[in-house]
Amino acid sequence: MEILEIVSAILLVAGIFFGLTGAIGLFRFPDFFTRVHAASVTDSFAAILIIAGLMLLTNFDINTAKLLFILIFLLLTSPTASHALAKSARHGGLITMAETKAPSPAVAGKTASNDDGVN
Amino acid sequence: MYILIDVVLLAMLALTALRVIFLKDLFAVVMLFGIYSFISALIFVNLDAVDVAFTEASVGAGISTVLMLGTLALTGRTEKENKHSQLLPLLVVTITGAALIYGTLDMPPFGDPNNPIHQHVAPRYIEQSPQEVGLPNMVTSVLASYRGFDTFGETVVVFAAAVGVLSLLGVGRREKEAAESGLKSHRVLHVVAKLLIPLIILFALYVQFHGDFGPGGGFQAGVIAAAAFILYSLVFGLPSAFEVVSSRFVKVLAPVGVLIYASVGLVSMLKGGNFLDYNVLAQDPIHGQHYGIIIIELGVGITVFAVMLSIFYAFARQTEKANIQ
Repeated sequence: MEILEIVSAILLVAGIFFGLTGAIGLFRFPDFFTRVHAASVTDSFAAILIIAGLMLLTNFDINTAKLLFILIFLLLTSPTASHALAKSARHGGLITMAETKAPSPAVAGKTASNDDGVN
Repeated sequence: MYILIDVVLLAMLALTALRVIFLKDLFAVVMLFGIYSFISALIFVNLDAVDVAFTEASVGAGISTVLMLGTLALTGRTEKENKHSQLLPLLVVTITGAALIYGTLDMPPFGDPNNPIHQHVAPRYIEQSPQEVGLPNMVTSVLASYRGFDTFGETVVVFAAAVGVLSLLGVGRREKEAAESGLKSHRVLHVVAKLLIPLIILFALYVQFHGDFGPGGGFQAGVIAAAAFILYSLVFGLPSAFEVVSSRFVKVLAPVGVLIYASVGLVSMLKGGNFLDYNVLAQDPIHGQHYGIIIIELGVGITVFAVMLSIFYAFARQTEKANIQ
């Protein structure tokens, strides 16, 4: 029982750490795609760690199963949301930092062809 | 500890509200409203009002965000410049705010068990409802049985909202002409939505019929079920959604829920009781209460589902019409 509590505490602290770094990244990163990356790390990895930590604190009854369902739901939805967000931005014509720094004709043509998706 | 969490959440609530006032980008404002609702839901959870929190999260953060985004798609996403003098509005807001704060000075202390609200009918609900109604979730007992009239009124209000919105936005008979829409190129979204929608509907049914035992009930279940179909029509396009649940069917369904609710009241009158007196529905009063509550919650769920979906359909169809032009 004690070991479980220690492991759970480690998982919770790690989850809080990743949540915090994600939040900092969301504010400090330079452009949209890097920010989405930071947010998606918070969404998926911190959620896994925190819910796993909480699961170890339960008595392995129905609450564990409920937490597991929440975890599965989050694992399905939050990466999808990040993906949809980034892809919509790409469709809308937003280019990454590397592309703004080195605007090669190939990249310019690629974003132009993607422009007609959304809007 | 509880007070600390409350203070942090209320501070976040105030910050969100301030940000909403000063932002001109309405898209961000809608998102902030969603955040505002989620923080309110957290406060309700902290106050042990899980049913209210559930409603706030599903209605405030879920459906109303979608509906407001639908409105934004019609109206444009930046706020218009206000050319009028802002002195008078500021004065009105200041006076109202001061009056409200003055009003709180007279309010009983927060959380005191001797407050009038805890002394009036609440003791009876807490002491008698296990014998009189027999449901583990007292909120459902109060909402569906003791205050069945109020809940009936709320259901009618929800229905009236649908009538109002549809009469403003037009009923729209030309379903066939709806243009191709949806997110065709988002293959990941298609796969995940197909995976999730059945689960969302299953969860809605669970919330609907488990409302007697845990948090939930017709209002939340209706909204969650509507969210599943809204997700479907957002990802796969409005025409495919019309093939599953046509807008005419939804319009028929909305009054059906209200009528189910009212008919329970009529049946109880026919059996010799008062309107919505569930005791007479079965031999055993407790069984009667259970039948009545399950049926009226179903009516509430059907109406809320149909109303939310028909309002969404109305907005989405207007947007498509605007896009075609």
